[in-house]
Amino acid sequence: MNNNVSLNPKLFDEDVEQVPSRNGFGEGLVLAAEVDENIVGLCADLTESTRMQAFAEKFPQRFIEIGVAEQNLATVGAGMALGGKIPFISSYATFSPGRNWEQIRTTICYNDVPVKIIGSHAGISVGPDGATHQALEDMAIMRVLPNMIVISPCDSIEAKKATQAMARLKKPCYMRLSRDKVPVVTTEQTPFEIGKAEIFNEGKDVAIIATGQLVYRALQAARSLELHKISVRVINCHTIKPLDSETILKAAEECGAIVTIEEHQVNGGLGGTVSELVSQNFPVPVKIMGVQDMFGESGEPNELLEKFGLTEDAIMKAVTSVLRKKDK
Amino acid sequence: MSLTAQDIKKLEEKANQIRQDIIKMLVEAGSGHSAGPLGMADIFTSLYFHILNHDPKNPEWIDRDRLILSNGHICPVRYVTMAHSGYFPISELKTLRKLGSRLQGHPHRTALPGVETTSGPLGSGLSQSVGLALAGRIDQVKWRVICLMSDGEQDAGNTWEAVMLAGKNKLHNLTALIDRNNIQIDGFTEDIMPLENLRAKYEAFNWHVLEIDGHNIQEIIDAFDQAKSIFEKPTVIIAHTIPGKGVDYMENDFKWHGVPPGISDMPGEPPKKDQVKIALKELRTLQGKIRSEHE
Repeated sequence: MNNNVSLNPKLFDEDVEQVPSRNGFGEGLVLAAEVDENIVGLCADLTESTRMQAFAEKFPQRFIEIGVAEQNLATVGAGMALGGKIPFISSYATFSPGRNWEQIRTTICYNDVPVKIIGSHAGISVGPDGATHQALEDMAIMRVLPNMIVISPCDSIEAKKATQAMARLKKPCYMRLSRDKVPVVTTEQTPFEIGKAEIFNEGKDVAIIATGQLVYRALQAARSLELHKISVRVINCHTIKPLDSETILKAAEECGAIVTIEEHQVNGGLGGTVSELVSQNFPVPVKIMGVQDMFGESGEPNELLEKFGLTEDAIMKAVTSVLRKKDK
Repeated sequence: MSLTAQDIKKLEEKANQIRQDIIKMLVEAGSGHSAGPLGMADIFTSLYFHILNHDPKNPEWIDRDRLILSNGHICPVRYVTMAHSGYFPISELKTLRKLGSRLQGHPHRTALPGVETTSGPLGSGLSQSVGLALAGRIDQVKWRVICLMSDGEQDAGNTWEAVMLAGKNKLHNLTALIDRNNIQIDGFTEDIMPLENLRAKYEAFNWHVLEIDGHNIQEIIDAFDQAKSIFEKPTVIIAHTIPGKGVDYMENDFKWHGVPPGISDMPGEPPKKDQVKIALKELRTLQGKIRSEHE
């Protein structure tokens, strides 16, 4: 473990605290709104579920219920930003940014206004709701947009910090959140800066670059691999765009092999952006772990992560295979 | 403020100059929309030269009224009117749609101060105007929001999402205007997607509805005045206009929605080489009613 990043000391305990990352957003929004009176909240009929409820109750004059209308959610948000506000707009990621992509492109990104898009229920771990509600394409469709910043926090504490940080940024932002409870990996003391990936575990044989709740599983896998004398660097890549090219290229150079892991399609997400960077600047073998160009299904979160190959065991196998390519 | 007959005449003459400059700039650009800009010239003239609270020398003035153009494709009329009212030199109009120009083919906020928002993709202007009006209400500002829309974009779901939200929130600081010219790219609106009864639809969503002749300066000004006095409701002005107004062969003809004159021969239209000459002559002579100063 990297002692400089103050991770949760109980990280590998059986009773590690588990909280959905969306909760951290809810707390962070209230904190940010207390500091900046220009922050407003807009929601498309999912106020409790996306954890905007506390904000809505504390600042009723600054909360706008949009109804089931995600195109309106984005464009009314853009209009409020044109009027000097900092709008946070929340829904499920399949609907926003899923349903309202062109509105986000034109009225938020091309207009270059500071609307903060919050997409909850990202990833396969959404669980029983099934594929319609499991956003697996959101990072791809957001990171391709000029001016857009894309954030994928690893736990609730990081989501809280990210919410406060993006509130201060005069740019369009997208943050994806998890529905399910996930282990709290970080602490209040863990550094967080948009655009700066953090090394959570020091290592030199291979680098695992992870995002979202899978950072936890990457750390578990690293611990197990150390028993096999494989030294694994684990990087928490919470900002997908702008990518921390310095930290990632340094990992390519010093470790010589990379595994990426995300709760997203293997096309166009974290694995895509890391590959684009590494292949052009310091080519090393890369193994991209994620959902293999298919839709999810109903099931319990852990069953789904197992079925779609996003477990500690699967990470260990991916590390072994990428190390074989490195040695060739 | 009441206008004298002479004031009205001056505004009508200004609108006519603006129409001529629209034709000239489109010819220079070689592409762009003709019918909509000509049809909206009287409304833009009334807005920039009488209705709007604005300062051309200070486009970012915090207390200005916000004019959102939802159907961005008619931006030639906005550009020409802005130039005539002093936002930028009239000579810049000939850069329309050219590389490096501030006058993008569809208006872009960060390219040209005073444009207020980027637009072109239809159906998103009213909702941005609703957002502005909500922001203005939170801050209790004096400025008003005016949103200009086409009738074609009443097909879009996003428009009606915004109509509902504005009605729910009783946004009396918002005035919308629909350019009811009955044409869109593929044909007549009532053939493509029937919109009537448009008045009844807006009324059902808790809007105050006015209908005017969109070429009658006095009616245009009176309608925006009346909208200011309506509380508890947003107002929509359904402005009946003639697409291609002022050029006989273009009027009411959807073929001229998306092309400038002088580009192609079309069945039933004057030959390509004569189109520009005829258009300008008709505008200068008010379709043969007066003598042109150029003859």
